[in-house]
Amino acid sequence: MSTPTISPSVNLKPETLARIDEVITHYPVKRSATLPLLHLIQEDAGYISEDAVLWIAQKLELQPINVLEVVTFYPMFRRVPIGRRHIKVCRTLSCALLGGYKTCENFQKEFNTTLGATSPDGEVTVDFVECLASCGTAPVVLIDEILHEKVDAAKVKQISAQIRAEAAARK
Amino acid sequence: MPAPAQHRLIFQHIDEPGYSNDIECYLRNGGYEVLKKAVTQKPEDLREEVKKSGLRGRGGAGFPCGFKWSLVDRKSGKPIYLIVNADESEPGTFKDRYIMHQDPHQLIEGTMISCFANDVKQAYIYIRGEMPEGARILEKAIAEARAKNLVGPNILGTGYSCEIYVHRGAGAYICGEETGLIESLEGKRANPRIKPPYFPAVLGLYQCPTIVNNVETLCHVKHIVQQGGAEYAKIGTPGNTGTRIFCVSGHVQRPGYYEFPAGTVTMGQLLNDVCGGPLPGRTFKAVIPGGSSAKVLRFGERYKGKRKVGTDMVDYDWGVEDVPMDFDSLAMIGSMGGSGGVIVMDDSVNMVEALANINAFYQHESCGQCTPCREGSLWMKKISSRMVHGEARKEDAALLKSVADQIPGRTICAFGEACSWPTQSFLIKFKDEFEGYAEAKKNLPADRLSLV
Repeated sequence: MSTPTISPSVNLKPETLARIDEVITHYPVKRSATLPLLHLIQEDAGYISEDAVLWIAQKLELQPINVLEVVTFYPMFRRVPIGRRHIKVCRTLSCALLGGYKTCENFQKEFNTTLGATSPDGEVTVDFVECLASCGTAPVVLIDEILHEKVDAAKVKQISAQIRAEAAARK
Repeated sequence: MPAPAQHRLIFQHIDEPGYSNDIECYLRNGGYEVLKKAVTQKPEDLREEVKKSGLRGRGGAGFPCGFKWSLVDRKSGKPIYLIVNADESEPGTFKDRYIMHQDPHQLIEGTMISCFANDVKQAYIYIRGEMPEGARILEKAIAEARAKNLVGPNILGTGYSCEIYVHRGAGAYICGEETGLIESLEGKRANPRIKPPYFPAVLGLYQCPTIVNNVETLCHVKHIVQQGGAEYAKIGTPGNTGTRIFCVSGHVQRPGYYEFPAGTVTMGQLLNDVCGGPLPGRTFKAVIPGGSSAKVLRFGERYKGKRKVGTDMVDYDWGVEDVPMDFDSLAMIGSMGGSGGVIVMDDSVNMVEALANINAFYQHESCGQCTPCREGSLWMKKISSRMVHGEARKEDAALLKSVADQIPGRTICAFGEACSWPTQSFLIKFKDEFEGYAEAKKNLPADRLSLV
């Protein structure tokens, strides 16, 4: 059976495409670039669309299922868009012992949202994640790529105000 | 007896004012001198030094590093790979994060020495997806080292070439298991591989001989080559050489990371003298000594038996506070040193609720390929969560234990043990609390800290 020709539509920035071509050279086997490509595309597009799965499969000469099974295995990859900012609160024991659940609840209240959902203004998604490996400064929260430590109620307020200010500045 | 002084070998520059993570700072502090010396030696001599040092892996299992390297198939004609396991994710462990963020060149130097010693031409640093900043810092550090001819082709004019690339994970704990990590690096789901082959040293990445070492372990290699294996082995105690970093979290006054000669500090010294003891008005109730899968210790219990000291067998009778924090002593009392992650719980904690938190972690992280682990971790989570959020019954204690007892030894990788040990040990040591939870729950304050 011949493989039908498909042209998945992905709209990536030129620098993303350049980084994709570069990262593939890091491995003797192209398939190894699956995770790096998923990261690069998710950073650019915000999530992994069905077309992105097909595009990666073509790029790495794989079957689409080889890419999809990776997307569904790793918690960091998402198949739907989320808010502009991603608040990931550590749920695991050391953080929970020092109030991680309260921290998560406070963030949800600040942005009028629920766990795993995006705030009504599309600005923020609040999630629980498992151990972020900074247990000595619990509770910790990873917001986009920045780790915030010892996030108590006061710090939740301060961080939330800053996120709102940055959102207002963009408008 | 007060705690001995810290011996900061790996963490020498961590949190040092003015110390930055760029190569200029590292070079000012004598950086890469050991690599320069190493590449003039014979690789087999370097391997011999590591063997002599008695270095045990710092990722969790405590496997002798020199022995691991001796298993590498060097006659296959295939390339040999080295993978730095920077997937630090055992709950309670947070040492590698600081090495990578604050002193990345120490890791790169240790990695390059280990690569040279093992004739490795290509290394990968597999870093957790949740450390994007760490990945960027490492990439910058590698580029700096490459620009100084310390990484890449024809290193320091010796004709030896080796490249390092950073590879990011994506949030799966199981990638810390070395064969799961290899599958992940090959671009697949991180399902650990069936053994045999027992060691990736024979068949690993792309079916080639592969060394997988933890971040801290590779940093130790730098210090071993610097001072010689025999000299390094004088630090610590026989069988537990070098220094050990403890990551203390939970209910102590001063949580954080502390580095001591291995085997020289006891649990009581660590928690009371070093970490300042329990929070005001509280007492210690339980401690998990080596990452969340290690079996819990209950304050007040005693451990008795015979142990080897030098050539003699002597009796020991220890409380939790008396236990020396080394791999062998912790194994002797039925737990483990693991990754050095010490999680402390005080008398405000209900053990059913703490276990429910741990069970939710392991259920989330089971890769799902072996039925006992996939289903067992799920049911342990369901039962313990129901006890907290729904109806709790006296017989749930025995039910939980029976699920846990059916997992270990029946799975491809050690995750089966890791997910069942918390339930098994909590149920043995706090049986009363589990059986009495239904009653006790009625009197627990409604506004208590939520753990699950």
